[in-house]
Amino acid sequence: MTTPATPPPVIVARGVSKKFLTHTSKATQLKERFVKGRGGATVEFWALRDVDVVVGEGETVGLIGPNGAGKSTLLKVLAGILRPTAGEVEVHGRIASLLELGAGFNGELSGRENVYLNAALLGLARREVDRLFPAILEFSEQADRIDDPVKHYSSGEYVKLAFSIAVHVDPDVLLVDEVLAVGDEAFARKCLAKIEEFQQAGKTILFVTHSLDLVTSLCTRGIVVDRGRVQYDGDPAFAVGTLRKILGTDRPVGAPEPVAQIGGHVVHAAVASATPGGPRSGRFSAGDTLHLRLDIEALPGPTVHAGDVKVVFMGAGDIPVFSLRTPEGSSLPPRAGRYCVDFAVEVPRLNGAFIVGVQVDEPGTGLPITARRFDSAIWVETGELPGLLDVPATVEIHSAEAVS
Amino acid sequence: MVAPASTGPDRASLGRARAQAQSRIRWELLSQLVRKDLKVKYQGSVLGFVWSLANPLFLLGIYYVIFTYVFAQDAPDYHVYLMAGLLAFTAFSQGVSGASVSVVGNAGLVKKVRFPLLVLPLSGVGFALVQLGLQLPVLFLIALLSGVNFLHLPFLLLLPALVVLVVFTTALGTLVAALNVRYRDTSHFVELTMLIWFWLNPILYAAGYVQSALTDRLGWPDWTYDAYFLLNPMATVVSTVQRAVYQDTYYVDRNGATQQLLADGGYAFYLRNLAVALALSCLLLWLARRTFNRMQADFAEEL
Repeated sequence: MTTPATPPPVIVARGVSKKFLTHTSKATQLKERFVKGRGGATVEFWALRDVDVVVGEGETVGLIGPNGAGKSTLLKVLAGILRPTAGEVEVHGRIASLLELGAGFNGELSGRENVYLNAALLGLARREVDRLFPAILEFSEQADRIDDPVKHYSSGEYVKLAFSIAVHVDPDVLLVDEVLAVGDEAFARKCLAKIEEFQQAGKTILFVTHSLDLVTSLCTRGIVVDRGRVQYDGDPAFAVGTLRKILGTDRPVGAPEPVAQIGGHVVHAAVASATPGGPRSGRFSAGDTLHLRLDIEALPGPTVHAGDVKVVFMGAGDIPVFSLRTPEGSSLPPRAGRYCVDFAVEVPRLNGAFIVGVQVDEPGTGLPITARRFDSAIWVETGELPGLLDVPATVEIHSAEAVS
Repeated sequence: MVAPASTGPDRASLGRARAQAQSRIRWELLSQLVRKDLKVKYQGSVLGFVWSLANPLFLLGIYYVIFTYVFAQDAPDYHVYLMAGLLAFTAFSQGVSGASVSVVGNAGLVKKVRFPLLVLPLSGVGFALVQLGLQLPVLFLIALLSGVNFLHLPFLLLLPALVVLVVFTTALGTLVAALNVRYRDTSHFVELTMLIWFWLNPILYAAGYVQSALTDRLGWPDWTYDAYFLLNPMATVVSTVQRAVYQDTYYVDRNGATQQLLADGGYAFYLRNLAVALALSCLLLWLARRTFNRMQADFAEEL
């Protein structure tokens, strides 16, 4: 299952910020520089702001976010194509960046010549290309067209060839922008199989995509970037959930907006721990006792309501898995002040990462007063088999004749 | 799913091996890029590489006709003298012009692929040098057919002259390639400069004419003639290539007067000029690389 191990870091980005200057008229001509001087009207735009990303060896990280969030800029900074305005980037091992398929292709050259040129750009020696050429050719399915100029290729043939070069370059770190699965369905499947091969070989992959299904099925980790900042970094399912929340696609169209805050109560923190009120712990096994301490403040005001506290444990895709609530008659008193609410729960036989949502309701009416979601994941590991629930079962095998 | 952790020293030795392989890969990348440029340039043309000879040969023909019949230049085998200087300077001007647009012209690559960007201006220079490599044998052939036997000791001067040509062209090409990314005027400026620079070198006129013009007609001191070569590495390259191939320093014109065609009859003059030109070129190369390395981090952004 997908658990965050601590492999040696391959990509380390610390405090990375990237500022773009959009000149209303860019002084690319000397004349303008002399005429206008340096003080032309420029608009600063921070594409990245204080981004910290550490990617360990063997991780497959999906970088997701709305359009213009800074994903591609981050990828370019990590690839060393753009220089960060602040912060530093370290990359260990051979890195191949695939920001555009066939970026180095020249239409006039034949497929074969382009393979050699492109591979040389990606850092391959001629002898290595000689060795890899048959494999590239076979994977690309372009054997009969390889000596035609690529300007005569269809767009599908073009990306197939470009993709096969890229995946045969055999980097330690693969940075990919939006091009993980290309071509027709059969070829796209082949691409994904190749990516899985990469994963099994312990390669590190970081890719930008808008295909959220790919993130949940392929990644060991998801990073959500929005407005230049990392909004979430962790379990891919939650990353997808967080992004859908940002995009507003997390609820079916027409569903009512949840009431975020009527007033009265603020949920400051929800800390899961192995001991009551102990330090935060993110890792439990079935049968452990999980202590969840909530820090809730009832704000002073003209009317302070009493409050029922409800906690929902949610799994991938924000599916509620189980809930807890304060029992009848032990609500938060209708007095301003700060309260600790301690829940203790025996961890059920679950698998995966979970987050908690906390909601305070008015006891009489059941109307929600406030709700808040805490995105730090609580990992529960029970069994080896895939599935949210680990179900004990017995299996017997009989000979078919004996049964009938 | 998690790979076995690689240990520290393992990684370090891998790094060293890669650094060694790096320079070889750069050369291969460079040769691939030059090959690409050559192929793309002559793709689909029937005559192909012949065109790389046609241009200088036609230019040569035009200059020859004008200077022999209009300006009455009567040095024997003037066309060999003319071609020697012309080819050297064309390689320089094409190399620098090609390099100046090399980064901007490959914007798609620079923005999308990480590779050593320095190979871009080098490929522009390399392209011009390959052309020179095709043109020089033609020069030798024409010289031999015209009865100019250049296979004597001065011919060895060709080698250091070409070294200076390569270093100087690379240096200037690298510098303008980097500058052209930020100031697109650079490539236009380079073109204009090359037009003027062509006439600053003794290509069409005799090098000896420069000496008499400076000292006799203008009355300037003798050292101005030395300065003419020492300050302009291309004048040194051009005059040395002429000395290597043409060889007859003086000739007698139709009025019976002795005229000096080459810059100097000896060796010391050329060797001194070459040494200074090489030193200047190396200095410029160092400066150009520094500038390029400093500016290249912003190329992807500025393109």
